[in-house]
Amino acid sequence: MQLISWATLQGSLELGIIYAIMALGVFISFRTLNIPDLTVDSSFTLGAAVSAIMIGISQPFIGLAFAFLAGFIAGTVTALLTTKLKIQPLLSGILMMLALYSINLKVMGGRPNIPLLNKPLIFSFLQGLAGARYTKLFFLMLILALILFLLYLFLKTKLGLALRATGDNDQMVRALGVNTNVTIIIGLALSNGLVALSGAIIAQYQGFADVSMGIGMVIIGLASVIIGEVLFGVKTLLRRLIAVVLGAVVYRFVITVALWLGMPPTDLKLVSAVIVAGALSMTVINEKFQSWKNKRANGGCEGGQM
Amino acid sequence: MLRVADICKTFNKGSINEKTALDNASLFLDKGEFVTVIGGNGAGKSTLINCIAGVYEIDAGRIFLDGTDITYTPEYKRSQYIGRVFQDPLMGTAFDMTIEENLAIAYAKGKPQGLRPGITRDDVAFFKEKLALLGLGLDDRVKEKVGSLSGGQRQALTLLMATIVKPKLLLLDEHIAALDPSIAKKVLRLTDEIVKEEKLCTIMITHNMKAALEYGDRTIMMHDGRIIMDLNGKDKQGVTVEWLIDQFSRKVGAQLDNDRMLLS
Repeated sequence: MQLISWATLQGSLELGIIYAIMALGVFISFRTLNIPDLTVDSSFTLGAAVSAIMIGISQPFIGLAFAFLAGFIAGTVTALLTTKLKIQPLLSGILMMLALYSINLKVMGGRPNIPLLNKPLIFSFLQGLAGARYTKLFFLMLILALILFLLYLFLKTKLGLALRATGDNDQMVRALGVNTNVTIIIGLALSNGLVALSGAIIAQYQGFADVSMGIGMVIIGLASVIIGEVLFGVKTLLRRLIAVVLGAVVYRFVITVALWLGMPPTDLKLVSAVIVAGALSMTVINEKFQSWKNKRANGGCEGGQM
Repeated sequence: MLRVADICKTFNKGSINEKTALDNASLFLDKGEFVTVIGGNGAGKSTLINCIAGVYEIDAGRIFLDGTDITYTPEYKRSQYIGRVFQDPLMGTAFDMTIEENLAIAYAKGKPQGLRPGITRDDVAFFKEKLALLGLGLDDRVKEKVGSLSGGQRQALTLLMATIVKPKLLLLDEHIAALDPSIAKKVLRLTDEIVKEEKLCTIMITHNMKAALEYGDRTIMMHDGRIIMDLNGKDKQGVTVEWLIDQFSRKVGAQLDNDRMLLS
């Protein structure tokens, strides 16, 4: 068997970095706010769609900004469904996911796929720079570092603290005079803004936007968050954020290796689902194992008969 | 300072589980008055506090705080002026955040939120100074997560959070009930110190009749959603727990049903 080529590894690192932006968004909703927001699947596509149609209309970086804004609005709507209309967060997300599917197609002018070949993209200006092989990677790292830094600063502001506390204990936050509806709206908006931004960059990176490219994104994001937590810890906020990023990269490497081992690409989503199910059930499996070990140590009497 | 006028609250109206928790309850608190509240299970003590805090919207009546009608003010807005400590030590703090972050959220009460730094160096110095007053050694642990604190430490911290920006009204909902007796005593003493020091208008629910008589300027007893006894100033002096229980039986025509209350 041939070894994985460096180019493949580098490619998977680049993808990992882009998906890390999406995973940071998922981290905000699932972990910081403690809200399982499924809007992600569609807001990812929304970001890709918006940035794709913006190409040719304006500068590609402006397209990214609009993609972020579109995701921000999508997250706001989900949050309004949850906070103002009291629809369960899970259902709000599903409703938005469904609604956005149609909206995404509308944004894309009814085409399920928009190719972006030979168009000015965010990576275009890198062409002709020295060290062409690594410019994309460094550029993506720069973007991620900037987002990570800004997000960290935001979560340390007064508003950021209130937002984090909302996921921990919303009752307490209200008792301290903060409107939790507002913190939830801002949190979900920011979360989906990041997800859409990630979708936009992926579209530019791959050279196309596809209406189904967001399917399963929330699971990939969650997998990244959990892998990061297990491997790199949850001690401080900065560490948690970096862990999410590393988790996204590790996840991408795992997928790359699985593909290299001959797994058909169509099985990808199945594997993702299994990884997340396994990670989520880790605590229960650990407990069962512990109790089984204890029973054995105590003489292994089934049914409690002595 | 606080005026509660004929408030009513019924839960599950129209269903077989209908329960009248407050039945034309009225209460007036002067500036700086410290009132303790006792009563059996389901007497409406917690409902009274929760209605004042805005957790539940009341069916009838009015609530005024410092001359302002707050009957329909949302909970989070009332909280600008009301400090609260809950029975469950888990309820008052965010466990996955540090002590200083918890205090910072409390300290931001009534100030513009927004994108300014959550904690400044001056804040930390101030928090440490305040924490030192609790005498629990928390001032050296400001960077630790609240999840690592004991129940008593958390309640003391919650108490500090509820009063770090001086509230117009402090509501304590059996805040020592879930603690070990020795720690409960300590938190109770801290409560008394803070209330007296800041001259806070306070309502404290307690199942501990002795504590109810020992602390505060005034003690009220609730039953079936009404206030059935109000011992003020002089009346309160020399009152014993036995006398209270006796009075209760006379007024209600039944034995006190709160085991916890009798035992303590």
